[in-house]
Amino acid sequence: MASMLNQIQHQNVTIRAALPLDSGQRLDAVTIAWQSYGTLNADKSNAVLICHALTGDQYVASDHPATGKPGWWARMVGPGKPIDTDRFHVICANVLGSCMGSSGPATPDAATGQPLAMHFPVITIGDMVRAQAMLLDHLGVARLHAVVGGSMGGMQALAWTVHYPERIASAVVIASAARHSAQNIAFHEVGRQAIMADPDWQDGQYYASNRAPTKGLAVARMAAHITYLSEAGLTEKFGRRLQARDIKSFGFDADFQIESYLRHQGLAFTDRFDANAYLYITRAMDYFDLADPHDGRLAGAFAAAKDVRFTLVSFDTDWLYPTSESRRIVQALQSVGAAASFVELSAPFGHDSFLLDVPALDRIIAGALTAGI
Amino acid sequence: MALRPDLATIANAVPTGARVLDVGCGDGELMAALQTKSVDARGLEIDPANVTAAIARGQSVVQGDANRDLADYPGDAFDYAILSQTLQTTERPDRVIDELLRIAPRAFVSFPNFAHWRVRLALLWGGRMPVTRLLPVAWYETPNIHHVTVSDFRDLLRAKGIAVEGAWYLSGDKPTSDAAASWRAEHAIFLISRAAS
Repeated sequence: MASMLNQIQHQNVTIRAALPLDSGQRLDAVTIAWQSYGTLNADKSNAVLICHALTGDQYVASDHPATGKPGWWARMVGPGKPIDTDRFHVICANVLGSCMGSSGPATPDAATGQPLAMHFPVITIGDMVRAQAMLLDHLGVARLHAVVGGSMGGMQALAWTVHYPERIASAVVIASAARHSAQNIAFHEVGRQAIMADPDWQDGQYYASNRAPTKGLAVARMAAHITYLSEAGLTEKFGRRLQARDIKSFGFDADFQIESYLRHQGLAFTDRFDANAYLYITRAMDYFDLADPHDGRLAGAFAAAKDVRFTLVSFDTDWLYPTSESRRIVQALQSVGAAASFVELSAPFGHDSFLLDVPALDRIIAGALTAGI
Repeated sequence: MALRPDLATIANAVPTGARVLDVGCGDGELMAALQTKSVDARGLEIDPANVTAAIARGQSVVQGDANRDLADYPGDAFDYAILSQTLQTTERPDRVIDELLRIAPRAFVSFPNFAHWRVRLALLWGGRMPVTRLLPVAWYETPNIHHVTVSDFRDLLRAKGIAVEGAWYLSGDKPTSDAAASWRAEHAIFLISRAAS
């Protein structure tokens, strides 16, 4: 778990330049871990940045170093795939605040050598994007052909169009939103409270102990996992079926398959994720509201992004980031005259649809990336 | 594949480099033709399969309903709005026309002429709602809820003070004269513009 996570070696770079944060604090140096696929062409015009979701990582199309499982978007990214690495140079960076090699709460304090834990400053989606821009500067990529992301990755893609519109030609935003709703914040707060209520959390200073808040993190993941699925999908997959038994136990074992499934998801998650990173990243999402600096007018955020080509996709069973949130973005884009595409796809998998087998999504992403070339 | 005749007429008439909104753009066939003329074409389309097909071919298309979602576009966002074969399916065609001419100073509007002689004959002799080449669906399942004739449309434009800058009348893919359009045109295409105020 957390201590083992810290022992994984990731490809990373430490950039010794200050990163001013939205909170008013600053990081004096930023470490960013990343993976890349395909070859950057001679005029450096084929770079595609993929932004990962809350519990994602930079291993978008390569086996996960902790779990050995295939990359989280291996179906989308690779030679001949919709994001074609024969054609594009794909970069995916672990977000600031995460636990797969980039600066985050497990990063050692420069003075003491101890993990910063809760002394790591609270970061925002905007801060994540600024850190990615520092990585691109380091890699010599001045301009992106496209920035692509689902869920929190879509929030980063949107933030890219707001903060660096001149650096991107195209943004693909899937199952996402321009703000976190009260319901979104509420579910995140449940997760954070579960972690912080775990006695093994120890105010975040658990790294040096041989205990970590795995129970709290597992509960947080269980609650969140429900929000990624649709009610119809859950019913179809599990119904009221019992788990490896013929009769109810009239106890509190995992009688139902859905209970067993959630417990497994929660537990497996703790093998690959750090509880403090979960606190920081969910917080960053909760603070996300692109309209906030513009008196609530989302169009104000996109005023400089009218030359970016946008593609937005929502899913009809996604109640976490529903179609109405994508439509709100489209309306703002239309009011500034940006070229925007939007479609609500039908898929049974709820919010998780963006990660799963939805052939129409493949066609849309491939089309969005080759438009105008 | 050859463009549908009314779309080919519109594609010819749109000037190079114009900014165009194609309302009810289908899978983007007309937009693709316009892009060969360096037209900045964007689309609005209600059917998600069509929207997907259009985005997959690299076009900017938003899934939406012409009855509601035209309100999201600012005034004068485009040089031309195009509404081909869609007017008769809208809830309030008069308001849709108002919206088109708010979004753009000029609009192409095409529709099947319900006064074509085959339609007249079908009603006169058959006494039943006509099912023709251009109106191939039975009355109970047709999306065409506001059948309109060339004369009806001219009357509406006159009543609204909307100017006609061009009109094309097609029988099959052959043009028909202005005078004979009322009964010989299967298809009418109007280029309309805001009334001079």
